[in-house]
Amino acid sequence: MQRQVRLLQGNEACVEGAILAGVRFFGGYPITPSTEVAEGMARRLPLVNGRFIQMEDEIGSIASCIGASCAGVKSMTATSGPGFSLMQENIGYAYITETPTVIVDVQRGGPSTGLPTKVSQADTMQAGYGTHGDYRAVVLAPSGVEEILFDTIRAVNLSEQYRTPVVVLLDEVIAHMREKVEVPHPDEIEVMDRRKPTVPPDWYKHFQITATGASAMAPFGDGYRFNVTGLTHDELGFPTANSSEISAMLEHLRDKIVKNAEIIGKLETTCMEDDPKVAIMSYGIVARAARQAVMMARDQRLKVGLIRPRTIWPMPLDTLRKQLKNVKQLIVAELNQGQLSSIVKRHVDKKNIEIIPLRRYDGELITPARILSKIKEVKHHGTEV
Amino acid sequence: MELKSDVIHHYLRPKKKFPHVWCSGCGLGVILGSMIRSIAALQIPKDDIVVCSGIGCSSRLPVYVDFNTLHTTHGRAIAFATGVKVANSRLKVIVVTGDGDCLAIGGNHFIHACRRNIDLTVILANNWIYGMTGGQFSPTTPTGSRGATAPYGNIEQNFDPAKLAIAAGAAYVARSTVYHVDQLDKMIKGALDKKGFSLVEVISNCHTYFGRLNKMSDPIDMLKWQKKHAMPIQAARKLPPEKMEGKFVTGLLHDEDKQEYCDRYQQLVDDLAARAEKR
Repeated sequence: MQRQVRLLQGNEACVEGAILAGVRFFGGYPITPSTEVAEGMARRLPLVNGRFIQMEDEIGSIASCIGASCAGVKSMTATSGPGFSLMQENIGYAYITETPTVIVDVQRGGPSTGLPTKVSQADTMQAGYGTHGDYRAVVLAPSGVEEILFDTIRAVNLSEQYRTPVVVLLDEVIAHMREKVEVPHPDEIEVMDRRKPTVPPDWYKHFQITATGASAMAPFGDGYRFNVTGLTHDELGFPTANSSEISAMLEHLRDKIVKNAEIIGKLETTCMEDDPKVAIMSYGIVARAARQAVMMARDQRLKVGLIRPRTIWPMPLDTLRKQLKNVKQLIVAELNQGQLSSIVKRHVDKKNIEIIPLRRYDGELITPARILSKIKEVKHHGTEV
Repeated sequence: MELKSDVIHHYLRPKKKFPHVWCSGCGLGVILGSMIRSIAALQIPKDDIVVCSGIGCSSRLPVYVDFNTLHTTHGRAIAFATGVKVANSRLKVIVVTGDGDCLAIGGNHFIHACRRNIDLTVILANNWIYGMTGGQFSPTTPTGSRGATAPYGNIEQNFDPAKLAIAAGAAYVARSTVYHVDQLDKMIKGALDKKGFSLVEVISNCHTYFGRLNKMSDPIDMLKWQKKHAMPIQAARKLPPEKMEGKFVTGLLHDEDKQEYCDRYQQLVDDLAARAEKR
């Protein structure tokens, strides 16, 4: 199978991934630094009988994506912090109605208008807990252009498989940098579609609670005339105030993600095979600098490794604990005031592992040299040398 | 017009338990009846119909009707409906909304859907009040009328939704009331039959809140008010402005043939495919 080798920008790779994964609807609104995704989709979608629409705002963008998904078409939108904030209420609607869609958030500095053209990872918590109520998010965090392509495909697949909105969390630098990408042939890719009902309409339950994951999903117009509502609902989709139906619905939203955390969640590691006592944790562009720093440290015979969450939510906790088994000091490097640290802290044994922050939130990157000097500082002054 | 039992049994959901959530005497029941009669008259297959709504009393309508129904977030029904229609233009997409939902929080989606001339039918139940939250004034509450948040009378100007839709580019705009049911059926049928963005503004009654706060607490009083103040457009055209004082115009206010959004997009797709073939 012929692979196309191309020099692509991160946002362009996102477009390629979406088209390969079968996204045929994009509703968006221009916002820096995500605009190239919308521009690419506007160009590509009409060529594959898909539909691009520029909505009047981000609230409308995500609403149109959910509507398109209800009509049976895979949908996606792309935005940045301010737009992501506007989308949150309707992202909650996608959670409670179990409607697949993909939201690409290219992070810039915040809060508010913040730093439109500079890098940040300050939407980390928003990606997982942005909308009100109880739910579990799926958030993918690639750290290079080729990974953006594959994680966009994975985001579409996961959203279809688990009937849930999925966030692809990028940052301004990986979205705008260019790298060589081997674009896979469509036949090489596993594309997942939501399960279609096999029962006749009278037997169909749009919100059937299943033991393992999401139930089948009929599109509008196929003879299954069901109700979809943002109210708490029973399995048929009718509003309910019955306490056992409400808790069953909310537990289903939680369990379909939590019980599959080891399948959905993904951790990547570098130089963790010889059980280093010092490790770095970071994602996105910071993980690129951290990997470089680990290589430089290893050249200087400093034993250090990198743990990189490729999904921020759900965190594959068994895998994470296994990787952290011998780690005594964990440097968490990130472009915000400690959002990833706060997530990690909840999951590690604080008596045995010291979390060492390395943070920057001025719109500039953390360099490999800065991470290396932190590694040395920890190695020389820490409890374990 | 009478609601025949075969229409009721064909279009209402057997699995959804009644009674509905509305107050007795509410105009929304009349709108529901008119909507399903119009659909029956046009013989649109139930599977092809999507009814979309936002939040508020009117937005609880879809759950009772046996179509594909999408009860969404406050103000956003038109944006959701746009996604449904663009993704599958074969579907007949109807939005049921209220004055607060459509014109305050959803005002931006409303005018832009008009501008795109996308083939949606919006049935706007205009009762001049936020009913579900307890009678706060809305963008259509007449200046001077009272609401729960306008205890001394509304000091704001009110919107004319029909004029707004015409100015924003809608293809079909009509107005009727829950008293003038034959006319309402005709207007909704016309809207469903129209290719392009259509709006039917229905003057409805919220005697529970608007009425009680404005000396019309009996639903009959509110219907009598509608009867007295509605002026069919044919008659209104012949009247001097001073005779129209305090009245509102009903009937088909605007009907224009122009290119519809989904058709235009399909044309783009076809043009690009033809161009690619030539190469």
